[in-house]
Amino acid sequence: MKIECTVNGQREIIEIEPGETLLEMLRNRLGLTGVKKGCEVGECGACTVLVEDEPVDSCLYLAARVDGKEILTIEGLSQGGKLSKLQQAFIDEGAVQCGFCTPGFILSAHALLKRHPQPTEEEIKQGLAGNLCRCTGYQNIIRAVQKASNE
Amino acid sequence: MYGVKQLFVPATVKEALEWLHQNPQAKVIAGGTDLLLKMRNQAMREVVLVSLHKLKELEGIEILPDGTLRIGAMVTFTQVNRSSLVREKLPFLAEAAVTMGGPQIQNVATIGGNLCNGAVSADSAPSLLALEARLVLENREGTREVSLEDFYLGPGRVDLKEDELLTAIKIPLPRHNKWGGYYYKYSMRRAMDISTLGCAVVCAVEAGGQVSQARIALGTAAPTPIRCRQAEALVAGRFLSPDLLIRIGETAAGEAKPRSSWRASKEFRLELIKELTARTLVQAYQNAGGEYRDEN
Repeated sequence: MKIECTVNGQREIIEIEPGETLLEMLRNRLGLTGVKKGCEVGECGACTVLVEDEPVDSCLYLAARVDGKEILTIEGLSQGGKLSKLQQAFIDEGAVQCGFCTPGFILSAHALLKRHPQPTEEEIKQGLAGNLCRCTGYQNIIRAVQKASNE
Repeated sequence: MYGVKQLFVPATVKEALEWLHQNPQAKVIAGGTDLLLKMRNQAMREVVLVSLHKLKELEGIEILPDGTLRIGAMVTFTQVNRSSLVREKLPFLAEAAVTMGGPQIQNVATIGGNLCNGAVSADSAPSLLALEARLVLENREGTREVSLEDFYLGPGRVDLKEDELLTAIKIPLPRHNKWGGYYYKYSMRRAMDISTLGCAVVCAVEAGGQVSQARIALGTAAPTPIRCRQAEALVAGRFLSPDLLIRIGETAAGEAKPRSSWRASKEFRLELIKELTARTLVQAYQNAGGEYRDEN
C-alpha cells in the first residue's frame, strides 16, 4: 500500500507492507538509522520518534498510520549542520555514553520542552518515563534537559 | 514486520461496520499497543486487520444534551489527561489516564482499546466502573448500550460481537455537589508497569460529613475488573472511622477473587485490597471536601 507523509520536513510517498512498522519504514526505506531498534515491545523507548509532535514507540506503530502525518526523527533536529540546543546540552552534560538510547531520549525531551519550556524536575522525569538508559543512569540526562530549558 | 495479510483503513464508521460484517474474522486495531504485542508474542500470521485510526467519529470528548460525558473510543490516554472538559468534570480520571505505561504508550493507546481487550489490569477500568460508565456498541444493524460492568464477561472476554465496534464511552457526571474520586494504582514502578492492584472510588459527601454514597471498584483483583457492592453498602450513610475502614477493606477483600501471578501472590493482593480500598476511599472522601484525619 502507498502512503504519503512528511519526514523531517520532506514530503515522501512510500510504498509499504500492511504489517510494516514505522520503525522499519524509517530505517529500511528512508535510511534513518538514528531510529534505534531496541526491545521491540514498547518498553525501552529507543525507537521513539515524534508523530505530529508527540513521542511514539515506532516499533509498536504500523507505518500505515502515518499517512498524512508529520514525523520527526533525530536526523531532523539539527538545522543547517548545527545541533539543537538540546542536542548540544546532552554533549555538554555527558548525558551520552553508548549512545543507543540517546535519539529516543532527545526526541522525548524535545517534545516535552515544546509543551513545557520550563519543566520541573518531576515533569522531566515523567516526560522521559518511557525511555530507558542502561549505561549512565539518568542524572546527566535530566541535567541536560534542564540546561536546554534554561537557555 | 507483523504478520498482517490485509489492512483495511475505513474512512467512516459505516464503512467499517459494513466491512466487519463481510469479514467477521478480521481483528480491529485501535492504538495497537496491545494487539501488536500479542501478534508478536503469539507469532500470529496472515492476520486481517481493520484499523480505526482515520475515523473522526470515534474521536473527541464532549458533553451530550442529556448531561453525560462522551469520550470517543479512539481517544488516547494522553487526550483524556489533557482534556479541559475531563479535568474540570472528572479530575481524577484525567490523573488515572496517565498511570498507564509511559508517554509514548499514552500517546497511542486508546481508551476503547483498553476496554475491548478485556485485560483485568486495564488502568481505565476501575475508574470507569466506579463512574458507572456505559459503552456504545454499533454494528451494521444498529446501536446498543451496555454498562461497563456487564461488558466484562471473563478474563480477556468482553461482550463485543465479531461485527461490532465500541464507538464511545458515556459517563454520567456525578450530580451530587460534593463528590470526589480517586484511582490508586499499586505497581512496582511508577511508570511503564502493569498494575499489581488498582482501586478506584467515587464518593459523595453530605453537608454533615457522612458519606452519602460510595462506589468502589478494583482491577487485577478478580478475573475481571469488579465493583465491591457489599463494601459500598457498609459505607453509605456513615461517617468514616478507623473501624469502619478496616471493615470496608475486609469486606472488599471478601468480594474479590485475586490469584497469584509472578507479579504478586494471592495473599499479598488480598492485603493490598484491604489497605488500598480504605486509603482510596479516604482520598476520594477528601477530594469530595470531606475532612478525615487518620489518627494512626
